[in-house]
Amino acid sequence: MSDSIDIINALALMTNFVILPALSYGSQLALGALAVTLVYSILRFSNFAQGDSMAFGTMLVIIISGYMISKGWTITGFPTAILAIPLALIGMSIYLLAMDRLVYRHYRKIKAKQNIVGITASIGVMFVTGGIVRFILGASAQRFGDGERFIFSVREFKAFTGLQQGIAFKTSQFLTITLAILLVAFLFYFLQKTKTGKAMRAYSDNTELALLSGIDPDKVVQITWLLVALFTTIAGTLYGLDKGFAPQQYHLLLLPIFASVIVGGIGSPIGAIAGAFLVAFSEILLTYAYKKFLIYLLPLSMHPSSLVQLIGTEYKYAISFVILVIVLLIRPTGIFKGKVIDGE
Amino acid sequence: MNNMNTFFQANKAVVYFTIMALVLLFVGLNQSWALALGIINMSLISAIMALGVNIQWGYAGLMNVGIMGFAALGGVSVVLIAQQPVTEAVDAGGIKMLIALIMGAATVTSGILLNRKGVNKLLIAAIVVTGYLFTRYYFSEAADLIEKVDPAITGYLGGFGLPIAFSWIVGGVIAAGAAWWVGKITLGLRTDYLAIATLGISEIILYVIKNEDWFVRGLKNVYGLPRPVPYEVDMQQSEWFQNAIAWFHKSELQLLSQSEQIEKLTDYVREAAVVFVKLCYSGLFIAILVSLIVLSNLALNSPWGRKVRAIRDNEVAASAMGKDIKRQHLQIFVLGSAIVGVAGALLVTYDGIFIPTAYLPLRFTFLIWVMVILGGSGNNMGSVLGAFIIWFIWIQSGPMGLWFVEMLSNNMTEGSSSLEFIEDRVHYLRLVFMGTILLLIMRFSPSGLLPEKNKQL
Repeated sequence: MSDSIDIINALALMTNFVILPALSYGSQLALGALAVTLVYSILRFSNFAQGDSMAFGTMLVIIISGYMISKGWTITGFPTAILAIPLALIGMSIYLLAMDRLVYRHYRKIKAKQNIVGITASIGVMFVTGGIVRFILGASAQRFGDGERFIFSVREFKAFTGLQQGIAFKTSQFLTITLAILLVAFLFYFLQKTKTGKAMRAYSDNTELALLSGIDPDKVVQITWLLVALFTTIAGTLYGLDKGFAPQQYHLLLLPIFASVIVGGIGSPIGAIAGAFLVAFSEILLTYAYKKFLIYLLPLSMHPSSLVQLIGTEYKYAISFVILVIVLLIRPTGIFKGKVIDGE
Repeated sequence: MNNMNTFFQANKAVVYFTIMALVLLFVGLNQSWALALGIINMSLISAIMALGVNIQWGYAGLMNVGIMGFAALGGVSVVLIAQQPVTEAVDAGGIKMLIALIMGAATVTSGILLNRKGVNKLLIAAIVVTGYLFTRYYFSEAADLIEKVDPAITGYLGGFGLPIAFSWIVGGVIAAGAAWWVGKITLGLRTDYLAIATLGISEIILYVIKNEDWFVRGLKNVYGLPRPVPYEVDMQQSEWFQNAIAWFHKSELQLLSQSEQIEKLTDYVREAAVVFVKLCYSGLFIAILVSLIVLSNLALNSPWGRKVRAIRDNEVAASAMGKDIKRQHLQIFVLGSAIVGVAGALLVTYDGIFIPTAYLPLRFTFLIWVMVILGGSGNNMGSVLGAFIIWFIWIQSGPMGLWFVEMLSNNMTEGSSSLEFIEDRVHYLRLVFMGTILLLIMRFSPSGLLPEKNKQL
């Protein structure tokens, strides 16, 4: 350790332990939150099954990529899971459309209070899905990433820049950030420019009027579920590549995802993304131990002895809840005005 | 045939409860009485919890997805009230912990008060952050001191050493406090905010209980909680109990020789002691359940109950009539959660140990929900019936699943890997099964087995 003030190394440290992890975690949350937002805007209920659906999609990817690895169908440098996503996507779409046909469609037809009934039904679906995933893959944690672990490792970075503090860029982080940008760009293009996307927005804004102008509600709902399948599978896979797959962990993701959606403004896609990054950065900034960071920045005499951690890591999930509560108290509409009062 | 049908419609509840009783009788005769009574006792506790949820969901349409959090608060109150205080730990860090908690409370209240006065937001933030840092410093020091006191046995502050019956009331009060706080924030906003917030609060309550060892020992669990009923060992040694069992089995024992008689009698006494203790619990739980049902039925049929249902069925109209909806919802949410808290306290009392990891928020919250919806939301007797049916299925579906797998295994080779795989995971299918039950009832019989009687106002 040097005893002088070292800003560049401090920044490198923050990039490695805070910025990159938070960016990739935020992207994963954002994709999940967008799926919740889509279901909310079109089907008008908060989908409690989102976390377990992500586990289901990831399960499909794990099974398919396992088969591919056994056959030797891999790509150099990247995890086989990426190759497995398109096939898993088909499975996930079928599953979600089947659930819609068997469970949710009935309540749309009888015009039930969709919010309350939808939540209850989605809790039922959550259990069925979670049970299936645990039955097939077990409840314990596992890793399924293969291929190169790093785009560049700490050692390579140090050799390249000559800095004392290294930065590692994991393949999973690279994939997460790239895929998230592509998916979000696709979603906004789809919603703004295509005919189906416009129909979806119209349906979301004013269902009665949309129906009058000849939009086919069944088609809108089906497209929504296909988009949800896309976002859910990819979000789940990326999270699993980054942090490993454990069904309970996925189930608990529900909390930060809901927090993101509400913080951003429920029903607003941009809000969901902003909320996701807010939640991710707060979680990591508040649970990070700043000891080494301060050692780089402060003169020797002021070096801290404790870890300088604001909140223990075990309370990670509590942070998203606290953010949620603060937003509900100060600005219940969320950052980007969402829908606060029940429409129906 | 038509007569049969009208009879069934009129006495639905009686018929269902009789069937349930017969099934439990069958379990008692064929498996064991201890098992049957175990199911009954857990069903009774579940019924109390379901009653609380029914008050929230059935009376007022409020979704509580965090039942286990409130139940865990009830469990905590048992430890805090009934355990003996650990004087060494209190001496070591009690004062410091008290200071830390007071500082924390002062920080929060000053933050809220200053915010109300409209002081500069940055200034408030600065005050709150400083307060937090000081609190955290004192707090971690105090927690360390307490946890160092004989960590294998205590390492926590203990409780007040009061009679355990107090904890049932206190459990209700603590749960009500938490519910008031959650309700105050989320009620009056969108309906699903309450569901999401309760999910969050229950997770956090459990995280705190699991991680704060100084409080209720965290993952180390609390063993040997006092009991409101006699211990099995004491019963086995008490003379009148032995005599009673001897008299009960008189005819059978007379046929045996002296030494065989004694041996047989000890066996009988041991079994009977277990059953007797369970029966004591059953009596206690039934008394509490019945009084709660009577009270809530009275409430439901009073002007207050009509107002509550009017709000549930048509919020806009009720609001136009001048009813304060938010206030009413808050009242009901607190009331229902208090009952769940009482049930949580009873659960820990019955188990005799407090195990934070046993509160699976996902699984048991959901079971209670299925109970309420299967029984018929809005009908208290329905919740009780639902509790019995669902708990019975939950307990018996494990053995039944294994039995099914064994049937299959007759056709499979011994020790085949796929068979072991299924035996290992078969209990997860219970989740799928329960989820399917919920979805089927919602779809095909939304009013449940015993529909709400006075649905029409």
